[in-house]
Amino acid sequence: MPELITTIAFAILMASLIMVVVRLMLGPTLPDRVVALELIAAIVVGLIATYSIATEVASFLDVAIVMALMAFLAAIGFARFLEEGGARNA
Amino acid sequence: MIESKSLILHTATRFLLPLQLLFSLFLLLRGHDEPGGGFIAGLVAAGAIALYLFAFDVPSTKRMLRASPHDLFGLGLLLAAVSGIPALFLGKPYLTALWWELEFPFFGEIKLSTPLLFDIGVYLVVIGSVLSIVMTLAEAE
Repeated sequence: MPELITTIAFAILMASLIMVVVRLMLGPTLPDRVVALELIAAIVVGLIATYSIATEVASFLDVAIVMALMAFLAAIGFARFLEEGGARNA
Repeated sequence: MIESKSLILHTATRFLLPLQLLFSLFLLLRGHDEPGGGFIAGLVAAGAIALYLFAFDVPSTKRMLRASPHDLFGLGLLLAAVSGIPALFLGKPYLTALWWELEFPFFGEIKLSTPLLFDIGVYLVVIGSVLSIVMTLAEAE
């Protein structure tokens, strides 16, 4: 039963990852793409956590923590870039 | 470099910086036998200080650090090089790992080792190198 649940969770996360990548490639403006990149980071954190449950290795949760911290830092970096008037439609 | 005026970012940084440094120390000390170690701990700590740099500016970050990134780099290299020397006195090859087990009342035993010293050296080198890159980029902006 746990295997089935983690498999379903992986499938949902993968489907959302594909949809976000489509948005990243289509995204008409730069802020759209930045939001898509942040969402990819959030989904990857979810993937790592699910993988940690599926393999029963608790240490992988630390990888998810580090990933979330770095994604937060990247979000602030992008926000600064947009604040300073980076190209809006690039 | 335009400094951020966001109150939310300033307040969040003041909360996150100590937590992230604590997490980096946890990763540093857990290393060797389990996931962790000097490199990833140094990256997390450098990320914390880069967050401070994003929220404030370069001079206030240097004031907060109280040491230039180059000094951290040099101190780390010195520690990593020194950690190999104790093995020479015991007639073993340079950088051979040595372990001491110390008993403390109430705390139990603590394992001290030359790999720990080497890891702290790697930690300081990674913080120093990443911060000198980030600060140079921030000053050039």
